[in-house]
Amino acid sequence: MQTHQYDVVIVGAGGAGMRAALEASGEVRTAVISKLYPTRSHTGAAQGGMCAALANVEEDNWEWHTFDTVKGGDYLVDQDAAEIMAKEAIDAVLDLERMGLPFNRTPEGRIDQRRFGGHTRNHGEAAVRRSCYAADRTGHMILQTLYQNCVKQDVEFFNEFYVLDLITTHDLSQGDVPDDEDVHATGVVAYDLQTGEIHVFQAKSIIFATGGAGKIFKTTSNAHTLTGDGMALALRRGFPLEDMEFFQFHPTGLAGLGILLSEAARGEGAILRNSEGERFMERYAPTIKDLAPRDIVARSMANEVREGRGCGPNKDYVLLDLTHLEPAHIDAKLPDITEFARTYLGIEPYTEPVPVYPTAHYAMGGIPTNVDAEVLRDSHHVVKGLYAAGEVACVSVHGSNRLGTNSLLDINVFGKRAGRTAAAYARTASFTELPEDAAARTVAQLDEMRDRPDGDRVADVRRALQETMDANAQVFRTGESLGQALTDIRELQARFRTVSVQDKGRMFNTDLLEALELGFLLDIAEVTVVAAINRKESRGGHYREDFPKRDDTNYMLHTMTYRRPPSAPDAVDGTVEEYFDHVEEFDGYKVVLGSKSVTQTRYEPMERKY
Amino acid sequence: MTATLEDAPAAEQPAGEIPTFDVTLRVRRYSPENGEESTWDEFTVTAHGTDRVLDALHMIKWEKDGSLTFRRSCAHGVCGSDAMRINGRNRLACKTLLKDVNPDKPITVEPIKGLPVLKDLVVDMEPFFASYREIMPFLITHGNEPSRERIQSAEQRERFDDTTKCILCAACTSSCPVFWTDGQYFGPAAIVNAHRFIFDSRDDGATQRLEILNDKEGVWRCRTTFNCTEACPRGIEVTKAIAEVKQAMITRAF
Repeated sequence: MQTHQYDVVIVGAGGAGMRAALEASGEVRTAVISKLYPTRSHTGAAQGGMCAALANVEEDNWEWHTFDTVKGGDYLVDQDAAEIMAKEAIDAVLDLERMGLPFNRTPEGRIDQRRFGGHTRNHGEAAVRRSCYAADRTGHMILQTLYQNCVKQDVEFFNEFYVLDLITTHDLSQGDVPDDEDVHATGVVAYDLQTGEIHVFQAKSIIFATGGAGKIFKTTSNAHTLTGDGMALALRRGFPLEDMEFFQFHPTGLAGLGILLSEAARGEGAILRNSEGERFMERYAPTIKDLAPRDIVARSMANEVREGRGCGPNKDYVLLDLTHLEPAHIDAKLPDITEFARTYLGIEPYTEPVPVYPTAHYAMGGIPTNVDAEVLRDSHHVVKGLYAAGEVACVSVHGSNRLGTNSLLDINVFGKRAGRTAAAYARTASFTELPEDAAARTVAQLDEMRDRPDGDRVADVRRALQETMDANAQVFRTGESLGQALTDIRELQARFRTVSVQDKGRMFNTDLLEALELGFLLDIAEVTVVAAINRKESRGGHYREDFPKRDDTNYMLHTMTYRRPPSAPDAVDGTVEEYFDHVEEFDGYKVVLGSKSVTQTRYEPMERKY
Repeated sequence: MTATLEDAPAAEQPAGEIPTFDVTLRVRRYSPENGEESTWDEFTVTAHGTDRVLDALHMIKWEKDGSLTFRRSCAHGVCGSDAMRINGRNRLACKTLLKDVNPDKPITVEPIKGLPVLKDLVVDMEPFFASYREIMPFLITHGNEPSRERIQSAEQRERFDDTTKCILCAACTSSCPVFWTDGQYFGPAAIVNAHRFIFDSRDDGATQRLEILNDKEGVWRCRTTFNCTEACPRGIEVTKAIAEVKQAMITRAF
């Protein structure tokens, strides 16, 4: 076992983690721990762009961007946070340009901008050109640019290190602490994939930037490695997860594969058509049609298929039509996604429409933070020394549905804020001593998993989880389908305790790591479904067919899910509202729900029409 | 009833889809914990028409032998994790459809060459990234930062577009015969990333980078075999980029 001491430890080397590292590493002793090489992170798969009201090509301002973000999130957005994001977006884009990001350019040589779903002029009048982009590989350029600048700044990385535990002064999963007592995060325990050695990192500040959890679903645009690690580690220490029922299904995944085809295709003029050749989005969103927010487009597509207007031999997808666009225009603006269609489906997008269907894409929920990226341990107390940014976090700037491009913006704005806040805290704080046996829990878990002689295969349990989530917790949900998902998850949690791995070695044991990742996935799926069962309304990405209307009277609140011991009280911080009093018992713990108020500043909730 | 149930899977297969087929993978295995020599293992799996080599490797790992070890993440050719040698050519496993590499014969899968093998298909990427870091892969500018964005025309932006696509998968560098025999050679990927900045109109560091690549292990080691261009899963004209860097070194025009 090795031990390390850093002022700031950042877990995750995607956009948020590296943006934070660029802020913190110049100020205090900083390390970045990533389970991948930084350039493998899934920020690199983002395509379409990053919105900021630069107004380089037409009139625009940050207030319109704020409004679109709030409305896009179906009013569950914390409006103060959305305003900060929209204002700081402009500097975030300019920062990246100055770091070297090769944006596409206007004829005048400025950063070019294009249309994107849900981004409008003057509060919904028409689509606006707000997305700053580099062809359809904006995420790739952001990831590369941030990594390049980390190289320039000599940031210290621990690559292919899996963080498997978060060390805190109190384990809230074993019970609450009094309101006036501080809870500190003091370190993380990591597993070096190459050697199998355990490393304990003591830190004054810890930033979680571990990304999403798309692999709880079968059809997803997410990488194999997006297994909700950071979220699950926080949950297991008793910290809440916020708004987990809101998961975004991106409308245009390659049918059957889930590989993402950017909304930029529709931003550049592509059209969705059903089996009758109809541009069906005209019926669902008469003003901005195919550029409606993703929840609406995904639901409309699923509805077309359900009503028998799907395409293909099984009528189970719709078509994304680019055939009216000039091939030269497609090559210049959408080169990667058209290549995906050619490579994986053998479709030539110049002449043939591309089969598409919604694909699990983005967790709006996550570890709750304030606008300075400080993690909350309940609806109002911060955890000292713990920060989160990017998809793992819930600020909440995305509410119940994230607008396209706002994730690349989120990682830059709140990654930067996390780095600054964490470094500032580390400069004033002192190290908290770690317990002698800080790594004991992790070592026991690894040994137990490795030594289990035989049992269920990891892949079988994972497949069953992904299948029930796709079948029961996807675009359309009911109390009954979610109940089925929860029943299945309980059974799979029991099976998980018997899974065994075949690779018993120490070095590069990816078999073992997949087993641990499955544990994270199950925990995240569990709270996702519990929160979805409780929210008996339809809002943004969460659509309950048995409760198809938005219910602002009872549900204009963020959901908080906590893990507590079976003996704990059924309320966490005294703010439990009537409709958020659900408690679900599991084997050895229970999930207790609570709520957190939504911050409203400028905008009164309105009916959401496009 | 039984007959109907048995018929169901066949009936579910969409018309026009390429049917399933059996494919054998011959995979080079090496475990530092089980002795010194590498061995070949054969696995036969049932694949679907659009399955990629990565899918077959997953089928082996998830259903047959959990100890088979390889890197992967995004699974659609943008993260650069799973470059490997498939039927003797460097490719990304997630971008190579089984049906396109003649599944009638066993498909050989080996780690990329020229980098130390750690386990099975996993190689040590540190020497590769060390070369990358050496060419100063970041924008170098002098003077004050502009208050807005730097101005760059669409033509200036286009000049280095091809080399911005690099995902650092090492398919090019590990396909280069010069690199195989001389691990000190910077290799195509590092030169591609130098090109990306040398030809960026906003950058002031070209002279420094050319100086680095003028080294005896630099750009002049390239023998123009085009392996790198053929190997690049992003379609970057790697050999051309290297030639442009050589040209810039002679003419000092960039």
